Amino acid sequence: MLDSVIVSGIITILIGVGGMFAYFWISNYVLDNVLFPARGERAGVNINRANMIRPWLFVFPAAFALGLYLVVPVFYSLWLSLTSGVAADGGWYRNYSEIFQNQTFRVALLNNMLWVLVVPAASTFFGLLAAQLTDRLSWGNIAKSLIFMPMAISFVGASLIWSFVYHPDIEIGVVNAIRGLFGADEGVTLITGRITDSFLLMVVLIWIQTGFAMVILSAALRGVPEETIEAAIIDGANPFQIFFKIKVPQIMPTILVVWTTITILVLKVYDIVAAMGSQYRNLEILPTQMMRYFDSGNYGFATAISVVIMVLVLPVMVWNIRQARAEVR
Amino acid sequence: MDNIAGQKSGLGLATHITTLLLVIIWIVPTLGLLLTSLRDQDAISQTGWWMALQGSPQNISVEVPTDAQVLDGDLWRLETNVFDTEWAQENLPADVLDRRRVAAFGASRLRGPNLDPGETVETRGGVTVTVEPDGTLVASSPEPFDDALTLPMALVAPPQLTVQNYAEVLTDMDAEERAEARSVGQRLDEMLFSDEALFGPFINTMTVAIPATVIPIVIAAFAAYALAWMDFPGRGFLIAVVVGLLVVPLQLAFVPLTIIHGWIGIEKSFLGIWLAHTGFGLPLAVYLLRNYMVGLPRDIIENAKVDGATDFQIFVKIILPLSFPALASFAIFQFLWTWNDLLVASVFLPADTESTVMTRFVVTNLLGSRGGEWHILAAAAFVMIAVPLVVFFAMQRFLVRGLLAGSVK
Repeated sequence: MLDSVIVSGIITILIGVGGMFAYFWISNYVLDNVLFPARGERAGVNINRANMIRPWLFVFPAAFALGLYLVVPVFYSLWLSLTSGVAADGGWYRNYSEIFQNQTFRVALLNNMLWVLVVPAASTFFGLLAAQLTDRLSWGNIAKSLIFMPMAISFVGASLIWSFVYHPDIEIGVVNAIRGLFGADEGVTLITGRITDSFLLMVVLIWIQTGFAMVILSAALRGVPEETIEAAIIDGANPFQIFFKIKVPQIMPTILVVWTTITILVLKVYDIVAAMGSQYRNLEILPTQMMRYFDSGNYGFATAISVVIMVLVLPVMVWNIRQARAEVR
Repeated sequence: MDNIAGQKSGLGLATHITTLLLVIIWIVPTLGLLLTSLRDQDAISQTGWWMALQGSPQNISVEVPTDAQVLDGDLWRLETNVFDTEWAQENLPADVLDRRRVAAFGASRLRGPNLDPGETVETRGGVTVTVEPDGTLVASSPEPFDDALTLPMALVAPPQLTVQNYAEVLTDMDAEERAEARSVGQRLDEMLFSDEALFGPFINTMTVAIPATVIPIVIAAFAAYALAWMDFPGRGFLIAVVVGLLVVPLQLAFVPLTIIHGWIGIEKSFLGIWLAHTGFGLPLAVYLLRNYMVGLPRDIIENAKVDGATDFQIFVKIILPLSFPALASFAIFQFLWTWNDLLVASVFLPADTESTVMTRFVVTNLLGSRGGEWHILAAAAFVMIAVPLVVFFAMQRFLVRGLLAGSVK
């Protein structure tokens, strides 16, 4: 049975890759030789027509997949959130009004806000710190590599790693062992469902994302023109002034990009809470709550929550698009 | 002149120390679980993983013969070394004898080894006993010792790292069960593919991740070429849409895609998840590849056109080979993302062990039923993160390049 899965995987790769190349080759061939052949009396017109259509041949598969898997679902979800579940019996707003009255939803929303406030700020801070510290260090690259490593680890794996750090036994968990060094006799259970326990879960994501922030900010720091720094030194600035008054203002746009990128990620993060705090309602965030409704088949509430997440993401999305358009021009 | 940029300042040492501290904080959690995954189940519960390389104490009831007692004043005195006795040579494990180290001792079998070496304990009848870390035992008693002393001790065994935990989690059988299964003629592959073993989910993860990485690359590369080098109306709009889709929460797609997949009959199937990962990965793929391709030199492409190459030829023979770094960057991202994903797998794959992926298997099967068994969980975690770590360290250069292309301009 597993053999058949592997075989079907290989076949899918072959069909997918071979099929794509075949599609492009055949469609281009048909365009150039059958529909608008570049010969005969209309050769010139035909070449122009073919060249007008060709971009769409190249773009079509991607556009189709994006449309079907991302664009259509956005509107379909919006539609479902207004028409299914409790909204089906009249009152398009009822999925929304009911989830907003729900205590656990409000807790989840509050938690999401906490995550969005803390994780991007802390990750960017530690990333900037690590980038600056390792900048001119002889072993800086090794240090960077080790701080960057958690990026490769899955959220579930990272949750396991940190659950072990938080282990209640004083002989097993590092946190409790450190408490032991300061005189505690017994370990304590760290995650017990208090609302502040969310911070312990945030640590996991900060641990993962700091490497990302560090890599990007360290490239930005390298890009700061030497002359500005030399000028500051000649004017008598100390290393801290150079960092905060010369370097940081010049890499501010990059800091913003890092901050927003991590913010987007935080809004969507699901795995950490699912792995470490799924039994505590107080630790829930919007994505975990959305999945709970999704699993129980309550599509009205599930889509309503996903639309709420989308609304939270929207400002960043608009900002990104404006940046990109400015670049293309 | 020691204040010039690039020169060492007074902050030099502080920089080294702070960096070292940061690195230690960052790797200790992973290191801890890695060492734990290599330790024996009993050792994990006895001592912290930070003691793993110092060796773990084994609780042993040690017999000390009292033949060597001498009368010293009005007390009978016995001085000997617990490792040198005949009983020890015959009964103690060889590695404990090599190490010759006492971690703790006690006087009563009930309380076990509850005293640190060097302490003195007084027991019934005025008998006092001291055991030093090197095994030297000094006992004194008002009455002569009749029998050999029997003392519970924790003797340090050298660190024993084992891969047993990995074998156990991959087959869902401990050493005894494996031996038994082998004796009744079960083959290795039958053990690996048993119901609660992690090996099946490992294969499933690979089955999900590889096609889900390869397919979007091809689709995206063609589109990225058109968006970078072909001029057509609506190009700017399409680029804006791709940038917008980069941040769309996947959650929005779950209910609609479950319904749509249901219509065409690929709900909860590998085909479904391959398509889903392809769709979800495309915005980043198109964005990264387009940004890279735009930067390729215009001359090469125009020369090729003048020489009569078609767009398809230019793409396959010039653009694809030149874009290798960007293709590699995206491939790493997508592979890490699909390998590590829990969310998409929870929605698009069935929950049974036969077709579930590792992340989900760990969260639902291991964390739930075997939440306290850290020898299993630690090994499972490292089976899960081994492949991404190898990819990470082997291809870090491309990963960094991709990150920079994806977010800094």
